[in-house]
Amino acid sequence: MAIPTLFLVSLIVFGLQKLLPGDPLLTMAGEERDPAVIEFLREKYRLNDPFYMQYLYWVRDVLTGDFGNSLRTGVPVSTLIAQKLPVTIQLAVMAMIFALLIGIPTGIMSAVKKGKAPDYAANAIALSGVSIPNFWLGIILIMVVSVQWRLLPASGYVPLTEDPIQSLRTMLMPSFVLATALGAYLMRHTRSAMLGVLSSDYIRTAKAKGLMPRVVVLKHALRNALMPIVTLTTLLFGELLAGAVLTEQVFTIPGFGKLIVDAVFTRDYAVVQGVVLCTAVGFIFMNLLADILYILINPRLRHPQ
Amino acid sequence: MTAQVTTASAEAIAPKRKLGRAMTKFLKNRSAVFGGALVLLFVLLAIFAPLIATHDPFQTSFTTIRKPPSAAFWLGTDELGRDIFTRMLYGSRASLMAGVISVTIAVIVGVPLGLIAGYYGGWTDAVISRITEALLAIPFLILAIALAAFLGPSLTNAMIAIGLSAVPIFIRLTRGQALAVKTEDYVEGARAIGLPNPLIMARYIFPNVLPPIMVQATITVATAIIAEASLSFLGLGQQPPNPSWGSMLNTAKNFMTQAPWMSIFPGGAIFLVVLGFNLLGDGLRDALDPRDN
Repeated sequence: MAIPTLFLVSLIVFGLQKLLPGDPLLTMAGEERDPAVIEFLREKYRLNDPFYMQYLYWVRDVLTGDFGNSLRTGVPVSTLIAQKLPVTIQLAVMAMIFALLIGIPTGIMSAVKKGKAPDYAANAIALSGVSIPNFWLGIILIMVVSVQWRLLPASGYVPLTEDPIQSLRTMLMPSFVLATALGAYLMRHTRSAMLGVLSSDYIRTAKAKGLMPRVVVLKHALRNALMPIVTLTTLLFGELLAGAVLTEQVFTIPGFGKLIVDAVFTRDYAVVQGVVLCTAVGFIFMNLLADILYILINPRLRHPQ
Repeated sequence: MTAQVTTASAEAIAPKRKLGRAMTKFLKNRSAVFGGALVLLFVLLAIFAPLIATHDPFQTSFTTIRKPPSAAFWLGTDELGRDIFTRMLYGSRASLMAGVISVTIAVIVGVPLGLIAGYYGGWTDAVISRITEALLAIPFLILAIALAAFLGPSLTNAMIAIGLSAVPIFIRLTRGQALAVKTEDYVEGARAIGLPNPLIMARYIFPNVLPPIMVQATITVATAIIAEASLSFLGLGQQPPNPSWGSMLNTAKNFMTQAPWMSIFPGGAIFLVVLGFNLLGDGLRDALDPRDN
């Protein structure tokens, strides 16, 4: 399953560069546009070969970890990605923790109190979470929390290894902003999964046995409702990476998202390709992980009859 | 022949009654009506922008740079002294157009492909489904950014990029619906009397997959508006001096302390219009849900 998807993704990413208007070599060759220089560059970038050969060369390079060099700075794209990835992973993991802490409890509460005030309130908040543009929320939070109250730094990044406390402080607001939409998704899914489970026979039995409502909800119902939520969480990592692009831009965090945006503006296409490919591969890997987790959590899938 | 006539007439009556019921249900849903009203308000503002506008959207003035909201400038002015209310009115055109046009692109490309994949099955389905999966593996916004980067930054290219990134959603949805519908008796019947496949798809399958597509389209407009605002915020959508809410926020973030009104109003407008489309979509889903009818 993952292999044809990977192949097609690589084809799409490689095909992107063919969308470029004009001849990028003319720009690279400089003012004089010496035919000899252009011919040299053409050979160097294998542009004289047919499309499929260019693609195969590119795949061979990518498989050996060579994504080409940044057209701007000459630094290998793989080095750039390796530098920026930890920053974004820290942001994404913190955001995911926030989203889980917000989404699952409110989802449970909403399902248990279905049709009552807490349910309506939770739904209204979830809807706002989905509708609010997260870069705007970031700007508003900076204005209030950093500028007015002077509580948290407005921008920047401190590596976790250098100063853990300061690192968490700078990442607090960005990860919260990134978590809003995800928290809303998780809340909605937890709610519907819990509603499905709460109306099932074994929950009625558990209640009839006279178990405490808390035990019924948290032990019997939640455990079964968690299954779809676990898979959803892994799948949402793709969304997280995309959302990180905007969050990093607002809070000036030197991560993956900032890398691709800066690359777009400096027309550093090799970097753009590398980042898109990495994101897609990461997403496919997460899909695979979701399938495996699903089997591990669900005992019925572990021993097929 | 008689079979065809009876199914046709029976179908002609049923959808009307179904539509009426859905309409009543929709109008009873207060949040859905509120969402619809919000959307309508913004559509009217966009259409009549030149009549409502209090200033010229491009008129810069050194004497009115970054003025807070006042009687003369209802929502204040920006870093070049332009009226924010007026620019937001014109900006609503960019947002709504981007939302509607990119979803139209996604529907026009995605729905036929989904119908074909679901109806024919076999290797056609396999090929279309693999391509869908590959496109879904690249997050919506990343794909849109990459396309905007390679196609060049402009509102049109942003719309194309957003539309293309939303195509897989519609392929997947339509395919699933078509798979469910194609085993129904009336489709078998149409096939039995020898109708050509394209006609069966258009006449019998498409109308039955339409309701979920409408719901998805409404919700995707909301996503597309945020996507356009995001691309414009990054500088990859609407280009200056043309206004869009996203690009207004892009410049506003440089004046957060000096002129907070520059950020508050355009972002609030995005929030409200997206909220409107989401409420409308949720309302349509509840109204068109066959399980409750």
